Amino acid sequence: MTGTYLGMPAFPAVPDLPAFPAAAREAVRDEVLRANLRHATHTIRDKRARAVAELADWDRLRAAGKAVKDHTLRHLDRYLLQLEEAVTAAGGTVHWAADADEANRIVTELVRATGEREVVKVKSMATQEIGLNEALEAAGIAAYETDLAELIVQLGHDRPSHILVPAIHRNRAEIRDVFRAEMAGWGRPAPEPLGDDPRELAEAARLHLREKFLRAKVAVSGANFMVAETGTMVVLESEGNGRMCLTLPETLISVVGIEKVVPTFRDLEIFLQTLPRSSTAERMNPYTTMWTGLGPSRGADGDGPTAFHLVLLDNGRTDTLADETGRQALRCIRCSACLNVCPVYERAGGHAYGSVYPGPIGAILSPQLRGTRSAIDASLPYASTLCGACYEVCPVAIDIPEVLVHLRERVAQGGPVTRAGVRVTLRPADGHTAERAAMRAARLLLDHPGALRAGERLLARARRLAPRRLPGAGRAWTDSRELPTVAAQSFRDWWDRERSNPR
Amino acid sequence: MSSKDRILGRIRRALRDDAPAVAIPRDYLPVHGARTPAERVDLLAAHLAEYRALVHRTDEEALPALLARLLGARGARSVLVPTGLPPHWLPAGGPTRVPDRAASTPYELDRVDSVVTGCALAIAETGTIVLDAGPGQGRRRITLIPDHHICVVRVPDQVVDSVPQALPLLDPARPLTWISGPSATSDIELDRVEGVHGPRTLEVVLVGTQ
Ligand code: SF4
Repeated sequence: MTGTYLGMPAFPAVPDLPAFPAAAREAVRDEVLRANLRHATHTIRDKRARAVAELADWDRLRAAGKAVKDHTLRHLDRYLLQLEEAVTAAGGTVHWAADADEANRIVTELVRATGEREVVKVKSMATQEIGLNEALEAAGIAAYETDLAELIVQLGHDRPSHILVPAIHRNRAEIRDVFRAEMAGWGRPAPEPLGDDPRELAEAARLHLREKFLRAKVAVSGANFMVAETGTMVVLESEGNGRMCLTLPETLISVVGIEKVVPTFRDLEIFLQTLPRSSTAERMNPYTTMWTGLGPSRGADGDGPTAFHLVLLDNGRTDTLADETGRQALRCIRCSACLNVCPVYERAGGHAYGSVYPGPIGAILSPQLRGTRSAIDASLPYASTLCGACYEVCPVAIDIPEVLVHLRERVAQGGPVTRAGVRVTLRPADGHTAERAAMRAARLLLDHPGALRAGERLLARARRLAPRRLPGAGRAWTDSRELPTVAAQSFRDWWDRERSNPR
Repeated sequence: MSSKDRILGRIRRALRDDAPAVAIPRDYLPVHGARTPAERVDLLAAHLAEYRALVHRTDEEALPALLARLLGARGARSVLVPTGLPPHWLPAGGPTRVPDRAASTPYELDRVDSVVTGCALAIAETGTIVLDAGPGQGRRRITLIPDHHICVVRVPDQVVDSVPQALPLLDPARPLTWISGPSATSDIELDRVEGVHGPRTLEVVLVGTQ
């Protein structure tokens, strides 16, 4: 394999990306993208509703899932230690990584130690979050994504736009063009001729990747769950690329966020019911692999890798844990249901969020994992209408609107936060002066009912003078929306009149 | 300070607020509906078929003939056989038997046409078969690399209703593979395509007294 750089830089840790409104404005104008997204999100969410309706105890499963995650987070130190002990006892090796750089360094060194120059990868958000492919590339190691959608994204020098279906912004003709143009430079070329039927495209991916699976000596994965009690790792998938990576290579390296631990094997009975139905809207995904260290045979019987490394990743998670309101984001099981119901995601697309976690969960997770210093992270808590649909569908009942409002307040007002384990006091973000003024004005008005009444009347009388677009900080909002018209009379006036003129 | 200590220290500092301890409600259902053993098997068959597995029913006596027919219909010239598979399941004179051996390379397995295995159990509500690498099932990779997998389920003994019923019967120390229909992807415009990397064809044979 050549050392050609094919990857596109992942979302950098502190991105220099445009703030959400600017990125979203561009996406909103892209008709094809909007049509693709609308079709995808509506299809999945209708199916999800049916899959969920099949279980009479859905609300109880949801409450139990939430409680398991909250309980685990309350005792996270204990469960991580128990997990480490169980994995080690089963022949695995556990590494701890405080941040992205450390995790990348650990994985790079583990791969180097095998003498290999390439790895196959199972789709993993944690490794995207830390930019592992780019770090390996810099060390002269080629990392091949093997999930079909991730392959499309990687070959297309693109970025994922959805948690579950990362290439959903691409249609079949675009995918065919990407395969034709790029497969040859990365391994087995696309078959000729290649049509754009999904069946043909999937076959091309099968042939292209099979040669990699059969020769791969090292694989990198994430995990959906880790069981503290037993040391068991769990990966849910559909295509079999996960099984290939998890069982054929000699060395398996799993990079997993510390929040993915659950206490007992039994707890899986909750999530194995809620995750597939919330995610792909299936009763169960085609393949789930569970392994515990090297297994009872220690890998000696040729069933699975002979070396297993687990890299436990913090990278902002403990900072998130330190925030009493925001920590609930760590319950997320990455099902993507919240993306599919979000009216903002549907229009703005996944790239506008500037993170591997798009949609509502991205809007609360990224600014917590990365802090709110960059323009994109400070703008993400505003990437919502607060309609609450995301909370309704979330299988672990994360109150996303609550966290969004909490983070907005943090951005606008500043206040205490934990960064890299240190308690600091955040200053209000730049560019939010108008909003702060508005917040103060709102408080003043709400505290002084007389002033509020006068203001409303004034607004009603001056309504013909009302602008089409808001000035200052409000401009981004009105750029892609109609400003609501001001009512002819205020609600209070109307109420007073109605009451004084009983019919 | 090691990263482990640093991370554990951050967690402990983060948790200093006195949020109440969380009890885990387990009032969700152990099973969704009451079924007779026969209904349970029917539900398994229906759910497997919905995910495009091919489902067959037979009894112990007719099993070898059915397996021979299924392998023949696919034109299989070779078939992977786990060590503990009952020898009489596969009749003599069929496709060449390839034993499941630790030494065989992925390339060798890639040249085999079919694989026949048993299973640890099956789950009716989700249409899932679970393999635990027991003697009749072999190593995880033999049900992965060949393009055609025939899995034999003893009914009704090996069938449970639900996921909560399945987990206590499984040993997490063993490698576990849960299979619900053949390999599939919906990554291209959400069109479902069967068979990306795993077997394109999954046939499930339900063996019981007919
Ligand atoms: S926040 Fe909830 S709905 Fe959204 S991806 Fe996470 S678990 Fe799923």
